Amino acid sequence: MQTFDLEADGLRALNSTLHAQKEHTNATAWEIINPKGSHALAVGVDAPLDITVRGSTGYYCAGMNKLATIRIKGNAGPGVAENMMSGSVIIDGDASQYAGATGRGGTLVIKGNAASRCGISMKGIDIIVHGNIGHMSAFMAQSGNLVVCGDAGDALGDSLYEARIFVRGSVKSLGADCIEKEMRPEHIEILRDLLARGECDADPSEFRRYGSARKLYNFNVDNASAY
Amino acid sequence: MTDQSPKIPQTVPRQSATFTNEINSEIRRAAATGIYDIRGGGAKRKVPHFDDLLFLGASISRYPLEGYREKCSTNVTLGTRFAKKPIELDIPVTIAGMSFGALSGNAKEALGRGATLAGTSTTTGDGGMTEEERGHSKTLVYQVLPSRYGMNPDDLRRADAIEVVIGQGAKPGGGGMLLGQKITDRVAEMRTLPKGIDQRSACRHPDWTGPDDLEIKILELREITGWEKPIYVKIGGTRPYYDTTLAVKAGADVVVLDGMQGGTAATQDVFIEHVGLPTLACIRPAVQALQDMGLHREVQLVISGGIRTGADVAKALALGADAVAIGTAAMVALGDNDPRWESEYNALGTTTGAYDDWHEGRDPAGITTQDPALAARLDPVAAGRRLRNYLAVLTLEAQTIARACGHNNLHNLEPEDLCALTMEAAAMARVPLAGTTWIPGQGGF
Repeated sequence: MQTFDLEADGLRALNSTLHAQKEHTNATAWEIINPKGSHALAVGVDAPLDITVRGSTGYYCAGMNKLATIRIKGNAGPGVAENMMSGSVIIDGDASQYAGATGRGGTLVIKGNAASRCGISMKGIDIIVHGNIGHMSAFMAQSGNLVVCGDAGDALGDSLYEARIFVRGSVKSLGADCIEKEMRPEHIEILRDLLARGECDADPSEFRRYGSARKLYNFNVDNASAY
Repeated sequence: MTDQSPKIPQTVPRQSATFTNEINSEIRRAAATGIYDIRGGGAKRKVPHFDDLLFLGASISRYPLEGYREKCSTNVTLGTRFAKKPIELDIPVTIAGMSFGALSGNAKEALGRGATLAGTSTTTGDGGMTEEERGHSKTLVYQVLPSRYGMNPDDLRRADAIEVVIGQGAKPGGGGMLLGQKITDRVAEMRTLPKGIDQRSACRHPDWTGPDDLEIKILELREITGWEKPIYVKIGGTRPYYDTTLAVKAGADVVVLDGMQGGTAATQDVFIEHVGLPTLACIRPAVQALQDMGLHREVQLVISGGIRTGADVAKALALGADAVAIGTAAMVALGDNDPRWESEYNALGTTTGAYDDWHEGRDPAGITTQDPALAARLDPVAAGRRLRNYLAVLTLEAQTIARACGHNNLHNLEPEDLCALTMEAAAMARVPLAGTTWIPGQGGF
């Protein structure tokens, strides 16, 4: 395990050091201490590293991550794991707004709650939230899976495309063109795998599935009031 | 006795200046369909523009440079503020962002070829980076848009500069639009969307909301790319003084400012014609903002929206821009709205010069389409050469004017070289009305 003191060595040195690690590096285990809510920690990592951040982070921690496993032993600020391509990001605490925004792959696990717009415009990422999520989550979500073990706020899945949403608790309201869909056996299996990857022991049968009604895919003036 | 009384004269039928034939035709179209009109391009209404300015030229008080003998530099460097690798361009005319999806792959390739031959940059668009354009563009600017279609760190790193798009002049405050006819398999895959749907991208970025957030977003982009790439911030012309100020405070290396004549692939006609500022009205407030911060020329200003001639280029630079960007004019140079396709434009219910249904994907010139047969009409090599020629003419024309004004560098052009033909243009450009010393709006008048 290599330890990087962010307070002592600074952000630029941290990210450039992580970027310098190649795919087959032996130095895979990294620990970042004294993050103190700093922004843009461990962004753009492109190697199979195992990075542990000892504390809470600011904006965009693990942004555009590829291949790495990044564990945040605290809370995460806005835009954690934004546009993630692959790998995993696991947050022990809560996540602020836009968690996993536009993510294209990989797995984001939030063991606490997530604020508004979790999974906004997601494009293939899988997001597993152990707690609740805020309003406008999965807005314009295009692909991937959002699993919510607690409750969902207002306007869930507004203007949804092909992403799947699974919620165990209540949904305050559904957004435009988002509807509840039948939970078929294949969805149970998909959800079982997501929960396992999300380090969550919830029972898949307790969840309901939501998806796009696909009524707004092509503009129809009769649907104008939905926008 | 026959009736010799004269026939009573009739007045000529009078058309309404308010309810014109064009307006009435739109009312009838709206009544028939129930939906607003969508089209491509920029504002078609007449607004104060560069044509309303004139250069004064040299005389006794200034002496000119020899047009064919004395050097007049055209090169420009963009991104000198923070980036380790600023962009070096031979000419101050760049190619604006236009998406693959809106344009065919051949058209994107042609833009890259033409820009590279001319020694300038081209820009991606709301659909990600294609191999055609990266492969044929020596200098490529990668746009970060609200939709983030195709966004990935590998393309960020292989870009030469990054442009965070806040808005564009044709539709400031609006998101992208690409209708189902153009969402082919390839476009759908790049954008992670189902084939054939109407794609309406977001108008706000998904992971930041205000200028304080933008500063952090720019930090993230710089960290991912090792602080090498210049970061541009593109804004639509609405409140150019404040938006330029905020973009610079957020950390932009370059501000790209797009007026309402700037084109779009598709949006509502009412949006294009009724939202935003003319390009001419944008430049001086933006320059003023840079000057007030002491950063004019350190943060470069790129102006776009209705640039057509070398005179337009020279006027934009004289008003304080460091470079300009062209989109619509570049498309015309490639072959858009060419009279050779007149019969096909007629079949689409339009005519050469007026064709703007770019969203329908049936472009006879093969530029704004994803139809393989139509796209094949555009030879990217020949079209790229035409673009290169056009860019060369813009540069030569701008040099001609600069030399006549006594400048050995295009960037030495200044407002003092200009006068205005109308009070509106004088007020917007903050140069005197021709033959006077009066600048409306300045000095309390």
